Amino acid sequence: MRVKVLSRNPDDYVRETKLDLQRVPRNYDPVLHPFEVPREYTRALNATKLERVFAKPFLSSLDGHRDGVNCMAKHPKSLSTVLSGACDGEVRIWNLTKRQGIRTLQAHEGFVRGMCTRFCGTSFFTVGDDKTVKQWKMESPAYGEEEEPIHTILGKTVYTGIDHHWKEAVFATCGQQVDIWDEQRISPMCSFTWGFDSISSVKFNPIETYLLGSCASDRNIVLYDMRQSTPLKKVILNMRTNTLCWNPMEAFIFTAANEDYNLYTFDMRFLSSPVMVHMDHVSAVLDVDYSPTGKEFVSASFDKSVRIFPVDKGHSREVYHTKRMQHVITVKWTSDSKYILCGSDEMNIRLWKANASEKLGVLAPREKAAMNYNQKLKEKFQHHPQIKRIARHRHLPKSIFCQIKEQRIMREARRQKELNRRKHSKPGSVPVVPEKKKHIVAVVQ
Amino acid sequence: AGPAFTAACAPRQGPEDGDRRHRQLLEAVSALSGRAGEKLVLSELLQPIRAQSALSSVKKQLSKVKQKKAVELPLSKEERERVVREAAYVKTSKDVGKWQPVVLQNRRAEQLVFPLKQEIAAVAPLERVVSAWKPRTPLEQEIFGLLHKTQQPVTDPLLTPQEKASLQAMSLEEARRRRAELQKARVLQSYYEAKARREKKIKSKKYHRVLKKSKRRKALKEFEQLQKSDPEAALAKLEELEQLRMEERMSLKHQNKGKWARSKAIMAKYDLEARKAMQEQLARNKELMQKVRVELPEEEPGDVPEEDLPPVTIPVGASRANPWMLGKPSDPAKEPEVQEAREDAAVPAAVESKEEEEEEEEVSEEEALLQEFEQKRHTEAVPDPQGDSSVHPLCDEEQPSAGIEPPPQAQEEILLSEQLDRVQTMEEVEALASKEPSEEQEQQPAAAGAKERASWQEKGKAGTRPAKKPTAKEKMIRLESVLSEKPQEIQCPSLPLVMEEEEGGIDQRGVISEAFAGDDVVADFHREKRKAEQDGKPQALNLVLPGWGEWGGSGLKPSAKKIKRFLIKPPPAPPRKDQHLPHVILSEQRNIHAAAHQVSELPFPFEKHQQFEQSIRTPVGPTWNTQRAFQKLTAPRVITRAGHIIQPLSAEDLASAASGAKPVLETAPKQREQPPRRPHKRAR
Repeated sequence: MRVKVLSRNPDDYVRETKLDLQRVPRNYDPVLHPFEVPREYTRALNATKLERVFAKPFLSSLDGHRDGVNCMAKHPKSLSTVLSGACDGEVRIWNLTKRQGIRTLQAHEGFVRGMCTRFCGTSFFTVGDDKTVKQWKMESPAYGEEEEPIHTILGKTVYTGIDHHWKEAVFATCGQQVDIWDEQRISPMCSFTWGFDSISSVKFNPIETYLLGSCASDRNIVLYDMRQSTPLKKVILNMRTNTLCWNPMEAFIFTAANEDYNLYTFDMRFLSSPVMVHMDHVSAVLDVDYSPTGKEFVSASFDKSVRIFPVDKGHSREVYHTKRMQHVITVKWTSDSKYILCGSDEMNIRLWKANASEKLGVLAPREKAAMNYNQKLKEKFQHHPQIKRIARHRHLPKSIFCQIKEQRIMREARRQKELNRRKHSKPGSVPVVPEKKKHIVAVVQ
Repeated sequence: AGPAFTAACAPRQGPEDGDRRHRQLLEAVSALSGRAGEKLVLSELLQPIRAQSALSSVKKQLSKVKQKKAVELPLSKEERERVVREAAYVKTSKDVGKWQPVVLQNRRAEQLVFPLKQEIAAVAPLERVVSAWKPRTPLEQEIFGLLHKTQQPVTDPLLTPQEKASLQAMSLEEARRRRAELQKARVLQSYYEAKARREKKIKSKKYHRVLKKSKRRKALKEFEQLQKSDPEAALAKLEELEQLRMEERMSLKHQNKGKWARSKAIMAKYDLEARKAMQEQLARNKELMQKVRVELPEEEPGDVPEEDLPPVTIPVGASRANPWMLGKPSDPAKEPEVQEAREDAAVPAAVESKEEEEEEEEVSEEEALLQEFEQKRHTEAVPDPQGDSSVHPLCDEEQPSAGIEPPPQAQEEILLSEQLDRVQTMEEVEALASKEPSEEQEQQPAAAGAKERASWQEKGKAGTRPAKKPTAKEKMIRLESVLSEKPQEIQCPSLPLVMEEEEGGIDQRGVISEAFAGDDVVADFHREKRKAEQDGKPQALNLVLPGWGEWGGSGLKPSAKKIKRFLIKPPPAPPRKDQHLPHVILSEQRNIHAAAHQVSELPFPFEKHQQFEQSIRTPVGPTWNTQRAFQKLTAPRVITRAGHIIQPLSAEDLASAASGAKPVLETAPKQREQPPRRPHKRAR
């Protein structure tokens, strides 16, 4: 009789070092592991609950300004540095790891209207109510030196915004017109005007760097081409756009923050209707900034909240608020796409996690695997009512909550009225206007 | 107007003349136009010169001028700007449109890893690293020194200088020659294989028998020749034989255990030939198991008269293949002599005679243990009464020194003997069977009395007795089993064990049946199903009101007619789905508790409910998927790294995408995501 002897390769079960994990052979026979769906459902439910339990996005608040924070700028090379300008003309540079201000300078008389950093990170520019554009060194002055700007440009009118070119020594300001400046000169290289109204913000396209977008208070958004020194097109919306932001991963996409509580994502090639209307805020949206991954953006609103929207979704995935946070004027998404900074009226800059329940710090591989698995489960079972209910649940302050309810009622009433009107008039005389088209007044060549 | 025109048309006079004429022309024209309210028409001007052919070319030109339209007004500033803007916009949007494929690709990508431009850790060549590095600590220096001394290759080719030299030494011709040799060898081998196959196919038994016999004879002859010509080689052959024996001992061949042997065992009762075949096989086994005996020169001086060897004590059967069998590391100087002695003495023993084994050798004291061990082996192989006498004194020496752990073989022996004991007392204590064998084992070495030894002797005398004894007691034993066990001479521990197991099995079954005595699961299920069926049937609606149209009161029942009229029977329910499934109850009622957890409508990206169900049904967890699949399934869509700045796309990305035709943001190579794993050597 032949006796079959078990023979195994020791490599399959012997550890090389004692620090290695023990290999646990598993039998994946589905018969041995029944009830896949219910078990995974339970896991998904637990993961969702845990996500909500651990959703503590607020990290810290940077206080030190003596007036409302009006503008912020990211450092292009250093993640831990952020700059902020206040309504009293003070500019502060912060160290985020220490959560301290590392430098303070009185940049302007009156508001600091806008600020931007140079692409190399060695200096930054500010514009203020005192009709000046100032360039500052990023480093603090040596002992005994006075805090002085490198350059000061005195303009004729108030500049309301500034942005720096992403690759060249060129910057753009806006006020009564959009000016393109060479850093070496004290007069603009060229100025764009189209109509006569104050322009509130100008932004360079980060990918196609010769493109600019601006928004004016006569409700329009204008695009410019720096090479051809001409405006390209103008789209007029129902209400004024406060600012816009280009998508850093998609050259032709930008998002505009509007006074009518909505944000509009446009494809610059097809301006007649926005790609997506993002609604959720209940007051004017004051600032918007894209995540560097280009998949999401964050918006700051007058309704004292910050919301995060996926680019391709009409509604926000997250809302951040605290009791003490007043009207949020400016918001930035850090360049590692992990944090969000918002500056608000009550003189504070707040640091939030971009992903509310994310665990900070180094994760063990197993932890990471578990996290990924949980994420996948949540995604898989997201349509199930219980999970959806838990995942969607957010606490809101009463004011916002009530306003949302009110808005809903108003919207419903408007819709009903339109329905009624359509019902009682000649067929075709009251056309159905899609939501995307509703907010566009005209596109001007 | 005539002369004035002619004057105007002839401008080739002097300048002063021209001036005058021009004035005249102006006057004439002004006179023409001077007519109140009339317009000057070109045709009017041309009329008078119709006749003159000299002016026809001028006329032609003028008619051409007449056909042309007036130049349009220049555009207003706003319009001009608009045109410029339009053109610029078209151009720019076309420009930006080149990003479209990149954007789409990124939107659809399974996984995006940011930052896009990963700094690939440049792998410095090992030489550079090694040359830059210097040993500092004493340990490092030591290791470095060692490495240097042996000239171990540190760098990539991984060849020692010697190897390198040997590689270089082989020239092209040499390589060619070598290859030719190899080819030849291969061809020869294939020929040989073909031949062997052909021969193997021959079915004739007689042929094979003859072949075998001739082979054996040939081998014998060869061996004898070898012995004469080359004693060294003969010794090697001998060793081979010894090896064969060891292999035989290890294997289970020729032990009448195979399929063939079992079938023969069945037939043995009736068929003489089969019995013979079995015997033959057993004989072969014995033969192969035979110890290759080394005859000491003193014992058989007649065989080796010419060589006078010094009396060397050789451990009996200390096979050189097994170093553990040598009691002491023997002197290398002595070895050849020993070999010679063995070679001379052992050949006949190895081939046929086993009677010569009976002799026992004198052995040194320190090798007593080993020898005893060997002897036991002998007795196992060849049970002969004379061997016993020699075993005993050794055993006596051994037994008192029980402190030393007996070798495994001895332990087996003890176990077997103990079995014998028990068999003797079996009449009195059947219950002993329940005793734990380990307990008995422990008891055994302690009881080293004379009784034990007696039993040993008994065992020695009657080899097959232990196997026979149980047959007397139990009628369960089959002939086959006895026959098959015979060569191994195992003292049948299996039989009583089988009994035990059977008893235990019955007990178990009894216990189970006792424990579940009250449960009739099947009947319960049927009852339940019947109840479910009853509940599922639509109920008849009873509208019978007692007292209406007839007498009512206690004890009075409504009449059958009335009941028949007012009992409304519902239409029969559709057939149950579990009608033909006897082991199943299918409930078609909606489970409200489950419904709270179920999706009520098809979610957006799915188009059919099957798709959605499929997506839910496939598990992603590590419980159901292998590690690799799990990692693949749960890979996140977007990966960012803390502390890394993500730069926006740039023109280089586009260029690379266009040229390389690969995504700008590559879907992450999976191994990047996996935790670092140790490399596995899978040498088999």
